[in-house]
Amino acid sequence: MTIKGKAYIAGIFEHPTRKADTQSLAQLHAESAIGALADAGLTKDDVDGYFCAGDAPGLGPLSMADYMGLKLRHMDTTETGGSSYVIHVAHAAEAIALGKCNVALITLAGRPRAEGMATGTVPRAPVAASPDAPFEYPFGPTVVNQYAMAAMRHMYQYGTTSAQLAWIKVAASHHAQHNPHALLREVVTVEEVISSPMISDPLHRLDCCVITDGGGAIVVVKPEIAKSLKRPLVKVLGAGEAPKHQMGGKIDLTYSGAVWSGPAAFAEAGVTPSDIKYVSIYDSFTITVLITLEDLGFAAKGQGGKLVADGNLISGVGKLPFNTDGGGLCNNHPANRGGLTKVVEAVRQLRGEAHPKVQVRNCDVALAHGTGGSLGTRHGSATVIMGRE
Amino acid sequence: MTTTERKYPAPAVNPEIKPFFDAAAQGTLMLKKCGACGQAHHYPRAICPFCASDRTEWITAAGRGTIYSYSVMRRVPVPYAIGYVTLEEGVTMMTNIVDCDLDAIRIGQRVKVVFKPTDGGPPVPVFTPA
Ligand SMILES: [Zn+2]
Repeated sequence: MTIKGKAYIAGIFEHPTRKADTQSLAQLHAESAIGALADAGLTKDDVDGYFCAGDAPGLGPLSMADYMGLKLRHMDTTETGGSSYVIHVAHAAEAIALGKCNVALITLAGRPRAEGMATGTVPRAPVAASPDAPFEYPFGPTVVNQYAMAAMRHMYQYGTTSAQLAWIKVAASHHAQHNPHALLREVVTVEEVISSPMISDPLHRLDCCVITDGGGAIVVVKPEIAKSLKRPLVKVLGAGEAPKHQMGGKIDLTYSGAVWSGPAAFAEAGVTPSDIKYVSIYDSFTITVLITLEDLGFAAKGQGGKLVADGNLISGVGKLPFNTDGGGLCNNHPANRGGLTKVVEAVRQLRGEAHPKVQVRNCDVALAHGTGGSLGTRHGSATVIMGRE
Repeated sequence: MTTTERKYPAPAVNPEIKPFFDAAAQGTLMLKKCGACGQAHHYPRAICPFCASDRTEWITAAGRGTIYSYSVMRRVPVPYAIGYVTLEEGVTMMTNIVDCDLDAIRIGQRVKVVFKPTDGGPPVPVFTPA
């Protein structure tokens, strides 16, 4: 049993707002849903499967089905932080392959800016009864200092430099200049990244992603429906998912769960890294991209710094164009969860609908990868490979 | 750069882990070790994460180790160093590196445990250069 060719991504939508002062959370989810359904040429009455994660209001699918008036026969609330939506694409394809639903809707939304949430530099209160919390929370773990420890160890073990990490932000900024919705559209230099304020050693302000309100949605459908619609055909080829954690104290911060999710996705898709024309890589921080690219096999472990340097991630310039919407580093990181927008830009690339300045030529196979949670403690890795038909 | 200390939030103690914090109050660092597979682990669990045995026992750690990684949080009122320390017993634990020049902390540095009071709870183990 495989999901290869069993499901297509028919609709995508990225909410244009970056600060949602006048919308509710449910409203942002619904506006995103309607956008993706309209993109596909479908309506909410076609939806029979719904997927959401911890950002959804109330009781997730129950609250959103109620708000939107959905009649469902399949629901999935897999929650792995920002990578959830990449997993949802795979789970939607599985459900469709099994006949559990025909039109699967995935939504994401949030308003951390409107709510004044201090996202990266204040420890988040632990989820009730998290078994790890008594042994972590007292020490002040924040999003940024956890990822920073992964970066620090990678630098120590492999000689990775701040300048190499900075190139990731530089590449994202080159792409974001062409995205009218991007929060940060100014092209930056390696020097500007390195001289931006140190947040938590060795991560500077410009090594960190943006904080935005907004959302997005994806519609996954069965092949017969995809072929009846007027949109370019984007097929799900393969997927993989895995948690990585602290191994009972055998901690190794130099790799991510992509070492498992990546090979699973490549095997199912029947392709290798050299077949991939475009990658969307979750970029909560610059280090997230570097470690992920190594783990997915685009560079040997420890050699990611060389891969990302010198503009190699810039579309039209380098060998491995990434995050051509500007990614989380420059464009959008709605609800502090960047997985959904990673799939959205990969689909734009496969359709040939990315901005002409960043569109990858002959983009027939693309990969989207999410890292939800923290590289410094535990996270969910999710890889999906898609192809143009 | 030596700084005043940040306030440590209290750990939420539950029955499974109470012996760890009771020992911490006496200035002792405890680990769990498995009677079936012989491996120590952290954070402590009733069930061994390696072999699923429930024959886990508390052992006293020497309280010495080396810094595996760290980061100094700068953009806060009181900068502090979070870190992972690999103990002589082989397990690596999240902690803080304290009572030292934050700019002189290095990976591989030898450290020893000290305990710091928390805000209304038992003390927690942190590390300082040995
Ligand atoms: Zn065991």
